[in-house]
Amino acid sequence: MNQVQSKAANTNPPDQQRTKGHILWTLFKSMFVLSACTFGGGFVIVSLMKKKYVEELKWLSEDEMLDITAITQSSPGPLPVNASVIIGYRMCGVLGSAIAVLGAILPPMIIISIISVFYNEFRSNTYIAIALQVMRAGVAAVIFDVVINLCKNVLKTKRALYIGMMFIAFVATYFFGVSAMLIILICLGIGITDLLISLLMKKRKEV
Amino acid sequence: MELLLQLFLSFIQVGLFSVGGGYAAIPLIQDQIVNVHGLMSLSEFTDLITIAEMTPGPISINSSTFVGTRLAGPFGAILCTLGCIIPSFIICLTLAHFYYKYRNFSGVQTVLGALRPATVALIGSAGASILMLGLFHSNIHEFALGDFRIIEAILFVVCLIILRKYKTSAIKIILGSGVAGTLIYVLCGVAGLPL
Repeated sequence: MNQVQSKAANTNPPDQQRTKGHILWTLFKSMFVLSACTFGGGFVIVSLMKKKYVEELKWLSEDEMLDITAITQSSPGPLPVNASVIIGYRMCGVLGSAIAVLGAILPPMIIISIISVFYNEFRSNTYIAIALQVMRAGVAAVIFDVVINLCKNVLKTKRALYIGMMFIAFVATYFFGVSAMLIILICLGIGITDLLISLLMKKRKEV
Repeated sequence: MELLLQLFLSFIQVGLFSVGGGYAAIPLIQDQIVNVHGLMSLSEFTDLITIAEMTPGPISINSSTFVGTRLAGPFGAILCTLGCIIPSFIICLTLAHFYYKYRNFSGVQTVLGALRPATVALIGSAGASILMLGLFHSNIHEFALGDFRIIEAILFVVCLIILRKYKTSAIKIILGSGVAGTLIYVLCGVAGLPL
């Protein structure tokens, strides 16, 4: 793994110098484990990725992870696959993307291939049903943990606009079922307006 | 051979048009497999969705593997999954390229800054939905207080405290809650406690 040390310098990992082979292996391994343990929709894996890549490995900054989430949500295709494409690209270019996606899709493919053979037994097993139900409590706890951290950072910006948007977006999606895509598009519009206003103010000051 | 090609092309369409995650993909897969090509019956398809939801991993990958295996064996599974992810791969790679090229411009930062609070809200909303499913077996619109599940509630609080205090890995928490919860239910069942 050491012979690629010189190449690692070009890929410029954010934290410390590591060999490319090591990064690729870590990428594959972590995606594999995350994907194997993700019960529930795409945002579950985003929370897990945030814990893994931002808090544990320190590969990405928190803002970056949020940007990646917004991009994944607005592109077609499965969210976890989209996120692994971007994180893989960030760490090791196109090769990194391919490795990360492979890690993300292998566990479901293996599990489903096995289950498709005897899925009647699987479906009617009480213990599996109980385990899947109680696991939701653990999954919810993980997401809440991540959201508490993220929320704190939005509050820290002390911008009424951002805090208000967060609150309204939550109410709109959770209570009124507005689609995530629509929320992101509207906020994109708000962001562009925000940019135009700040540019205009700057110009006025100069005049 | 023709079947394989048909499956591959169908799943490319599924991958290309399912914006917004797994649940957006289900009607698309149903349309392609059940309605357009008649490769599966509706009841078979319903079974497939149940399995895809019960097992870990993205729902669209689960269902494409399942459809592929059922219709054309392991090779079919690989082909369907590949079809499903090829559009994502190309589109996300392009977006990632532009994101990393331009994200340091202050204008881009302002626009992205407005997206971040919304993303936090979306993740929070997903968490709240799963919590409702865990605690009441229901969603926010039709839950009944009588369905409250005390064991899951305790598990949730304990897990959250452990996470906040010790920075435990998420995988350990999820698997641990599954094992602990199942054990508690089984023990309560043995002791004959009503749940």
